[in-house]
Amino acid sequence: MTTAPAIGQPLDRVDGRPKVTGTARYSAEIPIPGTAYACLVGSRVASGRITGIDASSAQAEEGVLAVLTHQNLPRIAEQPPLVPSLAGTAAPGQTFFPMQDDIVHYAGQHIAIVVADTWERAQHAASLLRVSYEETPPVTTLEQGRDQAYEPERIFGGWLPGRVERGNIDAGLAEADARVEATFTYAANNHNPIEPSCTTAEWDGDELVLYDSTQGVNATQLTVARLLGTPLSKIRVIGHYVGGSFGSKAMIHDHAALAAMAAREVGRPVKLALSREQMFTSVGHREEQEQEIVLGATRDGRLTGIRHHKLSPTSHFDDWAEPSIGVASEIYACPNYQGVYRLFRANTMTPTFMRAPGEASGMLALECAMDELAQELGVEPIELRLRNYTDASPSSGHPWSSSGLRECYRRGAARFGWEGRDPRPGMRREGNWLIGTGMASAGYPVAPPANPQRARARLYADGTALVQAATPDFGTGVATVMTQVAADGLGMPVDRCRFENGDTDLPNIAAAVGSAGAGMISAAVHSAATALRNQLIARAVADANSPLHGANPVDVVVRDGVMTAGTASDSYVDLLQRNVQPDAEASGAWSPPAGDAPYAMMTFGAQFAEVAVDPEFGLVRVRRMTGAFAPGRVLNPKLARSQLMGGMLWGLGQALLEANYTHPRTGRWANASLGEYLVAVNADAPDVDVELVEVEDDIVNPLGVKGVGEVGQVGAAAAIANAVWHATGRRVRKMPITIEDLL
Amino acid sequence: MSAQSPAPLTERGQVLEERGPGPVAVTLSVNGVERSLEIEPRVSLLDALREHLDLTGAKKGCDQGTCGACTVWVDGHRVLSCLTLAMTCEGREVTTIEGLAEGDELHAVQQAFIAEDAFQCGYCTPGQIMSAAALLKEGHAGDDAEIKEWMSGNICRCAAYPHIRAAIRAVRDGA
Ligand code: FES
Ligand code: FES
Repeated sequence: MTTAPAIGQPLDRVDGRPKVTGTARYSAEIPIPGTAYACLVGSRVASGRITGIDASSAQAEEGVLAVLTHQNLPRIAEQPPLVPSLAGTAAPGQTFFPMQDDIVHYAGQHIAIVVADTWERAQHAASLLRVSYEETPPVTTLEQGRDQAYEPERIFGGWLPGRVERGNIDAGLAEADARVEATFTYAANNHNPIEPSCTTAEWDGDELVLYDSTQGVNATQLTVARLLGTPLSKIRVIGHYVGGSFGSKAMIHDHAALAAMAAREVGRPVKLALSREQMFTSVGHREEQEQEIVLGATRDGRLTGIRHHKLSPTSHFDDWAEPSIGVASEIYACPNYQGVYRLFRANTMTPTFMRAPGEASGMLALECAMDELAQELGVEPIELRLRNYTDASPSSGHPWSSSGLRECYRRGAARFGWEGRDPRPGMRREGNWLIGTGMASAGYPVAPPANPQRARARLYADGTALVQAATPDFGTGVATVMTQVAADGLGMPVDRCRFENGDTDLPNIAAAVGSAGAGMISAAVHSAATALRNQLIARAVADANSPLHGANPVDVVVRDGVMTAGTASDSYVDLLQRNVQPDAEASGAWSPPAGDAPYAMMTFGAQFAEVAVDPEFGLVRVRRMTGAFAPGRVLNPKLARSQLMGGMLWGLGQALLEANYTHPRTGRWANASLGEYLVAVNADAPDVDVELVEVEDDIVNPLGVKGVGEVGQVGAAAAIANAVWHATGRRVRKMPITIEDLL
Repeated sequence: MSAQSPAPLTERGQVLEERGPGPVAVTLSVNGVERSLEIEPRVSLLDALREHLDLTGAKKGCDQGTCGACTVWVDGHRVLSCLTLAMTCEGREVTTIEGLAEGDELHAVQQAFIAEDAFQCGYCTPGQIMSAAALLKEGHAGDDAEIKEWMSGNICRCAAYPHIRAAIRAVRDGA
């Protein structure tokens, strides 16, 4: 009997047991004797200058080891530029490092670190710092900044242009029979993974070990090395368990280097954990924004033009906007298009990636506008989307490497029971509740890393295998699926393979961001595992004592660790033992497709939601959600469904709950806690139905994996907002939709 | 007005011996084992477990009583250990996620969480499991609506909620 391929099996998580027994160690949980505790202090004002810091009472407290401020913190060696961490270079969250001078750019900006022998003492001493400021009026809201808006040349760490055009937008809108114009506003959002970021730093002479909550241990290593001027070979970063990220740990924010600096200052290991409140001011956020969208279409629903403009605040240092026009500019055939970002400088830290960065907000605008267009033209919403379906990227003209979008509409609609829906709003009532349904398209770009990705595979003579790559697993399930990929690559049962990860001493992997993790890591692991298999086969056929001696290597197949050609067979274990060899090892590398490949790459899906609205209380309850997605090859359907489900429920939060606001006068976040920044809780979350539409894709990467981390969120909020309209007849264009919008 | 209204505020409770503010000797019984520690009275049960006893299963998600990641049992009742002072647990039995399994044999809720994929990053998971096991014992898992309500003090940012409910149902139904 031979085992079935491990890829595609709904295997339980390999790290399940440590996680449910509490033995999994996250970066604040590394027991290092003598560890001191660092407490960060944030600026109380949002704009101005520090005129004095009186640290005397803090310093006098028992157990206090150091108080570091701009007056005594060493200067950084160099400020690396802001580049998304997928690039595999240093990736600071912003091109500003705190405590280098007395200027305050935003509320919560780190202005001091207090280090003490216990956490309580560090916290208490931090509260005793007396800081005086010279305040200037802050700018944080859209209304305050609108007049100073400018059009940036490039955004997103220089990766994307500030303006995208094709065809002639004015002509396209002029020839339209129907037009929809809508302006959407979005509150700022915060990631709030349940594990607050933490870095534990330990120096041994001039060598540094960091335990870091990060999406990329290499990104931490590269960034801290540049900031501190420390050779890469002397920095090791470990992140075995990371308690969620959603983009908050995708870029390397200043606390990682500050932990190392503090540890050097006090000559002890230092643990620097952000408080929940500091998670709102230290790791970036999804910016508050406004999007104006104009759609023009022919009477039969063919888009003739899309104009999509966005306005949002950015920091004093960087031109950052999440790329909201991206997928929304690509998903439908439309010859005339214009997308423009406008930014204004505000008293904020540089915003950052947050799950489906740009795709979630941009597709909300487009898909709500499409719903209005469907209503105006009297075309069924799915039919309207099908009429604008495209097999190729409308900007480059290159065909999709794979799509599956039509199948997603079809299967999603069938599972949801969409057919026969009465398109008129406000027609369904159950008791006090108005019932509505809505749908939307989903899309997420496939973004390959910029440089080659590597992994290593080792087979021991006892028939067990170890496969290694640097990537952390922050909840994506990568450790589980890579065990499956390794098993198939080697031709071994999955329970004899172990995947080791989360350590810069292992072969490089770029930060797992942009849903690129599964694709790029599986490519590297597959390459290492098959290289080792080929090496062992080559050895067997050359080994005079092997039954396979002289066989043609291409005729050899491997199952369960046994190499077979015709009737002859030899096992990995026999081969190694016979040759008195304790193990065999191979490395593998995968280079992403060149940027000029004649294909466009995107993951598609379709979202459906049913809501109940109580019009007297303005309450919205999402009763059920269905999503159908085409993520290429599915490595593990159980884990893929969980990721997609999580994304869809993030869409629920985006539509109905998540909002952070700054106070226009103080410039401070008004609700920086999990009590006041609402995220979905169990009672908010309906059952979620996820349909996987497998599509073959031999372009994106060797295993044809397109990723499931983010596409689940795209379109989910739009489906809910469209369902709210269908229930009530009200188009709410402000996210999140709250009670007062429906009264 | 509920039948058992609290004692009037003017009435004095039991007067405890004054200790602190410096480190004092505290004895805690955690997962059936007596542990002695020297801590300041202001140390929370959560920090006593994580920073002094190296029991890091209970998680710190907010330190403000809003996320549930720090949920442990004191005398069998669910408490938020971040809002509980360690000293006040003297003479009581503290149970953490590390004490839930019987040796190598996982608790039914732990097994069900793995089988139903009721977590992703795992950081909320110890708290979810301590809440779930307690509410099953208390009979608060009658239907999904009840589970939803009683489990809403434990935030899962990975949003594994439907699977958390499935795990609780599976244990309830002996599946
Ligand atoms: S850490 Fe105690 S409730 Fe969040
Ligand atoms: S599993 Fe990540 S927060 Fe619940």
